[in-house]
Amino acid sequence: MHPINFNKLAAPTPSRREFLIGAAATAGVFVLGAYIPFPKRAFAQENSGMAKGIYDPNVFLKIGTDNTVTLLSKHFDMGQGAPTGLATLVAEELEADWSSMRIEFAPNNAKLYNNLAFGPVMGTGGSTSTTEAWEQMRQVGAAARMMFVTAAAKQWQVPAADITVRKGVLRHAASGKTATFGELADAAMRVPVPTDVPLKDPKAWTLIGTKLPRLDSLDKTTGKAVYALDIRRPGMLTAVIKHPELFGARVASFDPTETMKIVGVVDVVQIPTGVAVLAKDTWSAIRGRNMLKVTWETSQAETRSTTDIFDEYRALAGKPGVQALRRGDATAGLKHAVKTVEAEFTMPYLTHAPMEPLNATLELRSDGAEMWSGCQLKTLDEATLANILELKPEQIKIHTLYGGGSFGRRGSFSQPGNPVGDWIIELAEIVKTIKGRAPVHLLWTREDDIKGGFYRPMALHKVTAGIDAKGHIAGWQHATVSKSIIMGTAFEPMAVKDGVDATAVEGIADTPYAINALSVDWHNVKTPVPVLWMRSVGHSHTAFVMETILDDLAHLAKKDPLNFRLDLLAQQPRDAAVVKLAAEKSGWTYALPNGHGRGLAYHRSFNTRVAMVAEVSVKGKAITVDRIVAAVDCGIAVNPDVIEAQIQGAIGFTLSAVLRNQITLNKGVVEQNNFYDYEPTRMPEMPKVEVHIVKSAERPTGIGEPGVPPVAPSIGNAIFAATGKRLRHLPLTL
Amino acid sequence: MITLKVNGTSQELDVNPDMPLLWALRDTLNLTGTKFGCGVAQCGACTVHVDGQAVRSCTITVGQVAGRTITTIEGLSGKVADAVTKAWQQLDVVQCGYCQSGQIMSAIKLLTINKKPTNKEIDAGMGGNICRCGTYVRIRQAIHEAAKTLA
Repeated sequence: MHPINFNKLAAPTPSRREFLIGAAATAGVFVLGAYIPFPKRAFAQENSGMAKGIYDPNVFLKIGTDNTVTLLSKHFDMGQGAPTGLATLVAEELEADWSSMRIEFAPNNAKLYNNLAFGPVMGTGGSTSTTEAWEQMRQVGAAARMMFVTAAAKQWQVPAADITVRKGVLRHAASGKTATFGELADAAMRVPVPTDVPLKDPKAWTLIGTKLPRLDSLDKTTGKAVYALDIRRPGMLTAVIKHPELFGARVASFDPTETMKIVGVVDVVQIPTGVAVLAKDTWSAIRGRNMLKVTWETSQAETRSTTDIFDEYRALAGKPGVQALRRGDATAGLKHAVKTVEAEFTMPYLTHAPMEPLNATLELRSDGAEMWSGCQLKTLDEATLANILELKPEQIKIHTLYGGGSFGRRGSFSQPGNPVGDWIIELAEIVKTIKGRAPVHLLWTREDDIKGGFYRPMALHKVTAGIDAKGHIAGWQHATVSKSIIMGTAFEPMAVKDGVDATAVEGIADTPYAINALSVDWHNVKTPVPVLWMRSVGHSHTAFVMETILDDLAHLAKKDPLNFRLDLLAQQPRDAAVVKLAAEKSGWTYALPNGHGRGLAYHRSFNTRVAMVAEVSVKGKAITVDRIVAAVDCGIAVNPDVIEAQIQGAIGFTLSAVLRNQITLNKGVVEQNNFYDYEPTRMPEMPKVEVHIVKSAERPTGIGEPGVPPVAPSIGNAIFAATGKRLRHLPLTL
Repeated sequence: MITLKVNGTSQELDVNPDMPLLWALRDTLNLTGTKFGCGVAQCGACTVHVDGQAVRSCTITVGQVAGRTITTIEGLSGKVADAVTKAWQQLDVVQCGYCQSGQIMSAIKLLTINKKPTNKEIDAGMGGNICRCGTYVRIRQAIHEAAKTLA
């Protein structure tokens, strides 16, 4: 195995946040690749004199003689509807008819389809899709429209300025000549790509900002949508892997005798992270694994229990950590405090548990390898496969399919050599071990998924905060302990600065609240339990702490939690507006009956602002979330219906983590198994949800993740309002 | 050989009668619209109709359903199925979409026995189907919408 330096993949790019401001300026030189989507295109090089920053529609669009416009989407869909959003941007400028728009997921090619927020990496994640492609996709549409107009002008011998385009039809009013995109596609693709591509005035938009239907609804309601799990290759074998119970354990020996007796089982092979059973069908592979005997070498394994790990975290939190922020002097400030709150918060490991279990299919050929997969980070997967299979990255072809949920899990960047297996690496190891004699479909069963690690890091926060005589925040000392997600990965150059993993302290160190004496310390920890970003990453735990403490302080100051927050956001009008909107729509000032409570939380993440007001009712120890009113400012709402869906969904996704989900270790062994002991939210628990979107003329920002952070604290604050009990440990239990 | 009557066609399968129906549908008959989510009848992603009943195909065996009438998402037809799938599309219920075959199969069963379900009845009828994307608000709306169409 060759150790790979993933850092080479990530060019020195601006940080996520810097990017969001400068995307247009950093939009790189276009390189016309070998991939020529237009049919029978033999003259690609004619367009090589591209102007800097202008994208060739030929790379992103296929326009058929049947008038369909297919976007080769650089972003795939794992539920958030990003490709529908990108297609909207293209169609807006192209003047295409929405019903003619189609989506295909682009092939892996980091030069052509790089995420402008990530550097030369093709990947979907970090709530970046719409915002990173905001100019690019509109440029692609506009350039293509200009090419059609030029082609029509030439064919009809009329001035280009006299041609109009509407719903996929070009028209010259004076002569009455018309043509469809399909009729002119062949001529249009011969037109040089324009160098000056003006975009529409927002007032002229007809698609952006409207409720367009998702382009994947039909396939996903008829069973036709193809996920990685649905791929069938001739001669394909299905593999499942016996993993150790302990993170960091390794195979000592195994006995395949009983497994090989199962009809359908073809082979049993050892890979670095376990033992794989290969069979002709899934059921036989699972049965074979049940019969497999493996002994493990556990000297390097994690053998502690959750309580032991939290004890370590607690001890660390009492010591000085890496300084993530010093704003003013928190220690001096706290000396002037008249009332203080000192509190510890704990947040458990969580697992993403996407509905489609992790899986992919890999086929080794004499000239390279092909993978069928629904993964977020194509370029990293490409590098992983090339590394293990000893091929060049350009010999790896990845077919991207719909992802059956992800929430970050399909954006794994585990590296070969990690003692804990991840599925793409394991798939490559299996194929390598059997010398590629058959295509292999690797499936992680639900138990593999729940027990397999790559969790949202468990975290402990210790906060001391106080108010002065006027009820203002006097000082806030914040220490947090969690394992770094980013260090040692391809994303390190983007998100690690001065020894601090930005994802460990995001939501605290960059808080929009005017807390003038704030210190933030972070402690990294070592454990073989692998961690990974989960929907909203660090914000998934930091928002709970920030918003709970703010509620504490408002209570100490005898101020309304709404006004207390608005005072702290006086210099942040967009943030304040969102908080006000959620409060107003929730009926904040109206009293609730006994046993009911209303809680407010606000959080900014991925440059999107979300406030929520939760209403709960408490009977004995039972907590019911009755209603959540959300307000969101994510800039221009490209598709308000998709935005509403993402907020609704983020609430459904997060609710079970607030009320019951946790991954716990007992002497190193994960105690949870499947949905019966890691149970996602179900229909009867789903509260009423109302989503209000702030009208905005600002650049669109993320929406896949920002709905998550306010959910837990709004519910916790509502429980406090209902019961007077302050809950500081997730999941929340009375 | 076991005979399975799937989506109106009888097919002979040379499989172990203990094989869960899910894997026979997916791996043997290549009907991949029915999904694997948990394998232990907890999530409903694998829901199909057997003699009109909504069942979890991951735990019922091929032997148990031999000769009975099986309908998968690919074989849906009729007024209720049309109303449900149209409502799902109209309201853009789907996100990742992976659980939706199962959700739709359960919703069709619910609306077949109950033409106008209340919210409580929807909770009871759909409580066995997990959607990790949290599309429940829209599933509920879509069931009400389909009920209107069928009224």
